[in-house]
Amino acid sequence: MNNEIHGKILALLASQDNIDVASLTAECDLYDAGLTSFASVQLMLVIEDTFGIEFPERMLNRRTFSTIANIVACVEDLALQKAA
Amino acid sequence: MLKSRDLPLRPRMANVCHGAAAPNAGNVDAEGRFPVETLEALKRERLMGLLVPQELGGEGAALDEVADLCRMLGQSCSSAGMIYAMHMIKLHNLVAGGATSEWHRSLMARVAAEQLLIGSATTEAGIGGDLRNSICAVESNGRVFSLKKDASVISYARHADAIFATARRGPQSTSSDQVMVALTKDQFELKPTLAWDTLGMRGTCSEGFILEGTAPVEQIFPQPFAELAAQSMLSTSHILWAAVWFGIAQDAWGRAQAMVRAEARRRPDVKPPAATPLAEANIKLHQLRATIIEALDRFERAEDDPDALGAISFAVAMNNLKVTASRLASEVVMEALRICGIQGYRNDSPYSIGRHLRDVLSAPLMIANDRVVSNLSSAILVSKFDASLAE
Repeated sequence: MNNEIHGKILALLASQDNIDVASLTAECDLYDAGLTSFASVQLMLVIEDTFGIEFPERMLNRRTFSTIANIVACVEDLALQKAA
Repeated sequence: MLKSRDLPLRPRMANVCHGAAAPNAGNVDAEGRFPVETLEALKRERLMGLLVPQELGGEGAALDEVADLCRMLGQSCSSAGMIYAMHMIKLHNLVAGGATSEWHRSLMARVAAEQLLIGSATTEAGIGGDLRNSICAVESNGRVFSLKKDASVISYARHADAIFATARRGPQSTSSDQVMVALTKDQFELKPTLAWDTLGMRGTCSEGFILEGTAPVEQIFPQPFAELAAQSMLSTSHILWAAVWFGIAQDAWGRAQAMVRAEARRRPDVKPPAATPLAEANIKLHQLRATIIEALDRFERAEDDPDALGAISFAVAMNNLKVTASRLASEVVMEALRICGIQGYRNDSPYSIGRHLRDVLSAPLMIANDRVVSNLSSAILVSKFDASLAE
C-alpha cells in the first residue's frame, strides 16, 4: 500500500514539467520542489479517486501536501478508518 | 510621566489623522509625493512598532487594533494608510517569523525603539506578478549573503529603514524554493528603474528599483518563505489592505451623507432624493465592515495554530475577503460620487470624491482580482464550505 501510494504520487508529480522527480525523497518539501497550489489540488483529487477516500477538512492544509511522507501517512490513516 | 505606549491607540492615530494625514492628503496625491508629515506624526505618536511584543519594547497589539488604525488613516489619506498597512504586514512577518532568531528579535526591538519603517520587495520583473516565485537568488558564503533583485515595485523604498526581500534560497534552487531576507538601510542600494506616475495611491511612491544588498546570513528568515506567506503574509495583507479600502469608502460615504444632510436642512419639508441611494451605499458599507470583522475573527481563532493558518479553507476565506472588500469599497465610492454629483466630481468642493475614487480603484488591481479568483477556483474544488453560524 505504502509503495503503491508512493508510486502513484511520484507518477503524478512527474507529469509536472517543473519538478525533478528523480531527486525527490519522501521528506523533500514538495512546494520547494515546485509543486503549485493548483497541482496540489489536482493531486488531492486523483488520490481521493484512486483510493476511494475523501480528505476531511482537518487534513486540507499545507502540511498534508508538503511531503510525500505526509501524504502517504494521511492516505494510510484514511484507508484504515475506511476498513474499520 | 505617562509613556505614549500607555495611552489608548485610537486617540493617538486621531492626532496623526487630523494633524498631518488629512491636511496633506490633497497635496500628497497631487504631487505624487511620500507623506513625510504623516510618517513623522506616526513616529511621534509611537505607532510604528505596535505589533512588537512588549518584552521587546513594543505594545504587543492585536491585528484587529492595527486594522482599525489602518482604517482611520486610510480615511484621511489613502496613500499614508496603505504605507502604514504595508509596514504593519512586514512587521507582522517579522514578529511571526523571527521569534526564534536572535537577529530578528533585535530588529523588532529596533523597530519599536527607533520607530523604523519597513518596506517590501516581493515583486520581481519577469515573474508575472506571482510573488511565490523568484528569479533572483541569495548567494551565500556561509557567513554573509548577497542579493541582487530587479524589483519592479518597492513601495516607499527611498524612505524605508529596512526592506524585506524574497529570493530563491540559493543559485541551484527552484523558483518556488524561496526565503525572505531582511536588509537594513545601510546594507542595500537602490537603482531606480521605473517611476510611479499612477491614477491613484500616488503617495505610496511604488517605484521600481534594482535592489542590491549584502548582509550576514543571520538576517535570512529561518523558515521558508512559503511558510511565512501562509502563516502571516496572506492573512495580514488581505485584512489590512481591506481595512484601508474600508477607510476610503467610509470617508467617501461620509462626504455623500454630509451633502444629503445639507440638502435636507435646506428643504426640511422634502426628503432629498439622494437619501435612497445613500441608504443603498450604507448597506454595502455595512457589508464591507462585516466582511472584515469576520476575517479578523477567523484570523484570531487560527493565529496560534500553524495548521489552521495553513488550511485551504483559511486561504480561501482570506482570498474571498480580498475580492469582496475591493469590490464593495469601489462600489461604495462610486455610489458616493453619483450622490454628490458634480460637487463630488469637482476637486475643489468639500464633497469631492475624485481622489477617493482614483485611490480605491487600485483595490481590485493590486494582486488582480482575476488572478485571485482563478487561484480560488482550484482550491474550492476540494475545500468544504463552512456554513455553520455557531461555534
